[in-house]
Amino acid sequence: MSNTSLATGHEGTIRDQVKAYFQRVRSGEMGALPAVSALILLAILFSSLSPFFLTKLNFANLFVQSAELAVLACALVFVLLLGEIDLAAGVTAGVGMALFVVLNQKMGLDPLLSVIAALAFGSLTGWIIGLFVARIRVPSFVVTLGFFLGFQGLQLIMLGDGGIYRVDIPAIQAIMNSNMPEWAGWVLLVVMVGVSLLIGLWDRSRRTKAGLATRPIAMLFIRLAFMAVLGGIAIAILNQNRSVSIKAIAGVPIVIPIVIVIVFIGTFVLDRTLFGRYLYAVGGNPEAGRRAGIDVAKIRIAAFMICSTLAVVSGLLHASRIGSVESTAGRTIVLNGVAAAVVGGVSLFGGRGRMMNAIVGALVISIIDNGLGLIGLPAGINFLVTGGVLVGAATIDALSRKRSGGSILRT
Amino acid sequence: MDTPLIELTGIKKSFGPVDVLKGIDFTAYAGKVTALVGDNGAGKSTLIKGLSGVQPFDDGVVRFDGQEVHLANPKQASNLGIEVVYQDLALCENLDIVQNMFLGREETTTGTLNEAAMEFAATKALQSLSVRTVKSVRQKVSSLSGGQRQTVAIGRTVLRNAKLVILDEPTAALGVAQTEQVLNLVRRLADNGIGVIIISHNLADVFQVADYISVLYLGGMVASLATADTNYNDVVGYITGTKSLEGAAS
Repeated sequence: MSNTSLATGHEGTIRDQVKAYFQRVRSGEMGALPAVSALILLAILFSSLSPFFLTKLNFANLFVQSAELAVLACALVFVLLLGEIDLAAGVTAGVGMALFVVLNQKMGLDPLLSVIAALAFGSLTGWIIGLFVARIRVPSFVVTLGFFLGFQGLQLIMLGDGGIYRVDIPAIQAIMNSNMPEWAGWVLLVVMVGVSLLIGLWDRSRRTKAGLATRPIAMLFIRLAFMAVLGGIAIAILNQNRSVSIKAIAGVPIVIPIVIVIVFIGTFVLDRTLFGRYLYAVGGNPEAGRRAGIDVAKIRIAAFMICSTLAVVSGLLHASRIGSVESTAGRTIVLNGVAAAVVGGVSLFGGRGRMMNAIVGALVISIIDNGLGLIGLPAGINFLVTGGVLVGAATIDALSRKRSGGSILRT
Repeated sequence: MDTPLIELTGIKKSFGPVDVLKGIDFTAYAGKVTALVGDNGAGKSTLIKGLSGVQPFDDGVVRFDGQEVHLANPKQASNLGIEVVYQDLALCENLDIVQNMFLGREETTTGTLNEAAMEFAATKALQSLSVRTVKSVRQKVSSLSGGQRQTVAIGRTVLRNAKLVILDEPTAALGVAQTEQVLNLVRRLADNGIGVIIISHNLADVFQVADYISVLYLGGMVASLATADTNYNDVVGYITGTKSLEGAAS
C-alpha cells in the first residue's frame, strides 16, 4: 500500500481555504453568491432612491412581508431538488386555509385542531401528487397544474363566490403582526450562535477522532462572529421603537424565529440525514439512486408531502398577516415561490440547492416588491423587474451547470 | 491451480425461443484479471447479468470459492462480494466522491450521517488503489474526467469489500492517457487479491491487462486461454468464428 495522500478540502490555512472557495465559484459552484450580491446591490439602489427604504419600520416590514414567500420557497426546494415542480403549492395552501377557517368558524373546532387538520390536508395532498408523479410517472408539471386548477374550484366551493372569512384568533394574528419582547430577541441570537458553535465543534471532534484534517478553528469562530454581529445589528434595530404613531412598536417579529426553525430543521434534514442525501442523489441521477438500493418512489412521495405541508404553513402566515382567508388565496404566490428559490440558487434541473438559497431568493423578490413600491413606480414595473431577475437567475443556473458539467469533455 | 473464485459449469439462459447462453463453462481466479471478449450478441451481457443476479441463469452450476451458490437476485450476488461496474457508472454528478462511494450504504450515528467516518474509509479505499489523479475526495463528480469517474466507480467496489469485480467496457470512450490510468487501476485491483472480470472490445487493452482471455461466440464459450499462450490473431479468429479450439475453420 502506498502513501499517496488524498486531500479532503479541509487542509491548509485560512488563505488556502479562501483560495479554494474562489476556485469553486469559478468552476460554477456559486450557490447563493449571485443572489446575495443582488440583495446588497438592490438594498444600496433602493436606499439611494427612496428615503423610506432604510427606515426601521421598513426594515421590519421587509422581513414580515418576505416570510410567507420564504416558507413557500423552502417548501418548493424539496421538490425542485428532485428536478420536479409543484405548481399547486399555492392553492394547496389556499385550500388548507379554507379548511382551517371552515372547521374553526363554521364548525367551531378548536383553532389548534383546525391548524393540525389543515397541515394534515397538506400532507395528504402531497401524498396524492407524489403517487401520481412517483408511481404512475405522470410529469409533475401536469399533475400539479391539474391540482392548481382543481383546487381553485375547491376553494370557491368551500368559501363561496367571492367569499372571505375573517381570522379572529389572536394567536394566529399575532404570528405576523406582533413582536417578541426585546430580551427574547437576544435569547434567540444566543441560542442560534450557541447551537451553531456546538454543531461546529461536534463535526470537528468527529473528524479529529477519525484522524482527518480539520479546517482552521479560526474559520468557525469567524463565521460565528459574522453571524453574531449581523444578527446583533438586526436585533438592535428591530428592538428600537419603529412606530410612526404614539403606540410603540418594537421587538423581533414573532414570525422570524418560526422561519429560522423551519430553515434549521430543513437544513439539518437535507445535510445530515439519509433522506436528505437520497433526495440529492435522486435529483442528480435517479438511475444511480435506484441501483444503490434507494427506494426512489418513496423519496419522491416524501418530498411532495413535505412541500405541500410546508406550503400550508406558508398559507397560515398569509392568513395571519392579512387577517382573513379569501377564495383566491395562493393563486399567484406559487410562481413567486419558484422564482425565489431559483433566484436564490436552487437549480431547476434538480440536485442542487439549499434552504438558505430559498431564503435569500425570497428576500430578493420581496425587496424588489418593497423597494419599487416605495419609489412609487407603477405595479407593472414590479412584474417586469421580477421577471427579468428570474430569467437572469435561471440563466446563471443553466450556465453554471454547463460549466461544471462541461469538465467531462476536459480530459 | 487454486480453486477458482468463480466457476460456472453448463450455464444456460434463453429468452423465449432464443438460446443466448448454450451451456457455457467459465472460470475466474482471485488476484487475476480475466477478460471476457466476444462480438455483439455473443452473450457477454447476459453472462454478466446472470453473475450479478439481475437476470438469473436458467440452468447450470455456479460455484463461488468452491461453494455451490444460487444467484437469484442482485442482493445475493452483492452479499457474496460480486460487484458490477456498468458502463454508465451510475454516479450522481451533484454529489462528491465520498457521497457517491457510499451511496446506499451510508454510515450513520444516532440517525445522522457520519461524514468523517465515510471520508476516512473512502480515502483509504482510494489509497489502496494508489489513486493519484483525484485532487480531493470532496470534489463533486461533475468536475471529474471520465477516467476519474471510472476510478470512483471502481473505488466504490473496494469499499464494499468486493471479492469479484466485473467491469463492463471500462475504457470505452476514454482517451489514451485515461485508458492507461484505468488499466493500471484494474491491475492494482487484482494485485490486491480481488478477482476481476473485464469486458472489452479493445483487444489491445485486453492483452495489456488480462491474465486469461475467455471468448464467447454465439452463446458458446469457444476458447479460454492464458494471455501468455495466445496472440492477437488467434483471439480475433475465435471472436469472429473463423477459428475454434480444435483448430478447424468453420
